[in-house]
Amino acid sequence: MSVDIDTVRRIAKLARIRVEDAQAESLVGELNNILAWVEQLGELDTEGVAPMTSVVEQKLHLRADAVTDGGYPEDIVANAPQSAHGFFVVPKVVE
Amino acid sequence: MTPTDLTLAGARDALAKKQLSARELTEAHVAAVEAARPLNAFILETPEQALEMAAASDARIAKGEAGPLEGIPLAIKDLYCTRGVATTAGSRILEGFRPTYESTVTSQLWRDGAVLLGKANLDEFAMGSSNMTSAFGPVENPWKRKGDNRKLVPGGSSGGSAAAVAARCALGATGTDTGGSIRQPASFTGIVGLKPTYGRCSRWGVVAFASSLDHPGPFARTVRDSAILLRSMAGYDPKDSTSVDVPVPDYEAALTGDLRGLRIGVPKEYRLDSVPEAIDRVWQQGIEWLKQAGCEIVELSLPHTRYALPAYYVIAPAEASSNLARYDGVRYGLRQAGDQALTEMYEATRGAGFGEEVKRRIMIGTYVLSAGYYDAYYNKARKVRTLIANDFRAAWEKVDAILTPTAPSAAFAIGEKMDDPVAMYLMDVFTVTANLAGLPAISLPGGLSTDGLPLGLQLIGRAFDEETVLRVAGVLEEAAGFQAEPDFVAGR
Repeated sequence: MSVDIDTVRRIAKLARIRVEDAQAESLVGELNNILAWVEQLGELDTEGVAPMTSVVEQKLHLRADAVTDGGYPEDIVANAPQSAHGFFVVPKVVE
Repeated sequence: MTPTDLTLAGARDALAKKQLSARELTEAHVAAVEAARPLNAFILETPEQALEMAAASDARIAKGEAGPLEGIPLAIKDLYCTRGVATTAGSRILEGFRPTYESTVTSQLWRDGAVLLGKANLDEFAMGSSNMTSAFGPVENPWKRKGDNRKLVPGGSSGGSAAAVAARCALGATGTDTGGSIRQPASFTGIVGLKPTYGRCSRWGVVAFASSLDHPGPFARTVRDSAILLRSMAGYDPKDSTSVDVPVPDYEAALTGDLRGLRIGVPKEYRLDSVPEAIDRVWQQGIEWLKQAGCEIVELSLPHTRYALPAYYVIAPAEASSNLARYDGVRYGLRQAGDQALTEMYEATRGAGFGEEVKRRIMIGTYVLSAGYYDAYYNKARKVRTLIANDFRAAWEKVDAILTPTAPSAAFAIGEKMDDPVAMYLMDVFTVTANLAGLPAISLPGGLSTDGLPLGLQLIGRAFDEETVLRVAGVLEEAAGFQAEPDFVAGR
């Protein structure tokens, strides 16, 4: 499988990354190079092999369903490019 | 001997015997960090904080309340969040970010008395094998080839941490290892780097790259020093759901020097034609040393080894594309085009804030997770990951640890191997398997290349058996007697 410039633009859109035209051109080659190299995985027969979900076999810890954190909104928004009254401020979403 | 020539264990003992104060030790290292500025190993130096922490250490030593790392100056990879201290992940997109919290691993280091010298340079979001992708410029390796003045890379992604320790600016450092980012720079700079078992050290507060592969771990100049650091860094953390609740042993006590009866595996798939002869020579030498120490050497096959890197370059970008979705100009860091619509703001911010390699990996990850390709790429790679873990599972029936080279080359020059991303990815060919299988692995200097550069030996062990890895590494270290020093040593 290989990608063309329209696919690169579509991926960039999905990834929410602005890509200039010249950059998109060179990404076609770079991504195809990487994907062609990854294709060798197809040589392996993985019929009946379970995809790995967790590298360390362990039972996840359960904890009491209680509030254990929070109560410091000023810390949460301290690094926001724009905030007001303990909220994040984003550009207008609905006209 | 100047304080920066001490090992971490030596400094700890000198502090305990009051032959040296924490202030003197920290002042010497602060001066070394300044002297090493041409290496660009630090993104941020924190000398005032270091001296305050050292003063507090002297007070605790005087009261008889010294911790296991009391007064020990360390470099912290700038991927670990440090409260009130700028944290960049080597990226422009985190511009101005000052965490309001401390990563679990660094909080444990400070709990045990360690001193923060500064935040070490790294590849952007830890994506790289040369430290060339950092938004803050490349790091220079303190080593040079014999009779060749070209600047070399320190490896990556933890290049600043490795260079700082090798140049005697810090007694130890933290790193993170997703595909080899602790062990490969350790090999390139002639020091010891340890990637523990997945779940051994908490990932909480460490900027995420590929969560199922990211491993925090230590750098130091000796195996003993690495053991001391690991004990403080390790431990169960309820804030990391993949952290494992098992006791943390006294790793230093594991360095008994006795390897009699241990079975050491030598996997044939790690013998590559493209690798320089000196790397094979050092590997063969390592095998001989272990034989002399009473180990039984067992020829092994890990048949899926050659598929490890391609699987990694599906899984790691997939996880990265998801993890890095959080950099959207809303909660922290850079915001571009804040006066435009929300989607335009996201795209402009991420387009301006991420470097080329990071964009490439996010795009690959987005592609392999997108509708129609998920099974062909992502699920296929996760199945191959199972096969690689099974290779090791079968090996542990026959051996107690595995010995391989760390990297397929010695340090290369700044600018080399930069044209083809895949050529750079191949730097991790020997290290990435331990990430995919979550196993503990260490790199220690085994010898020199023909042009005088350090070459690492890697030991891989069973899950949660860092003790055997360290014990074998300790014996190899003594046999190797690696005394070579880098071209640049701070303060000389």
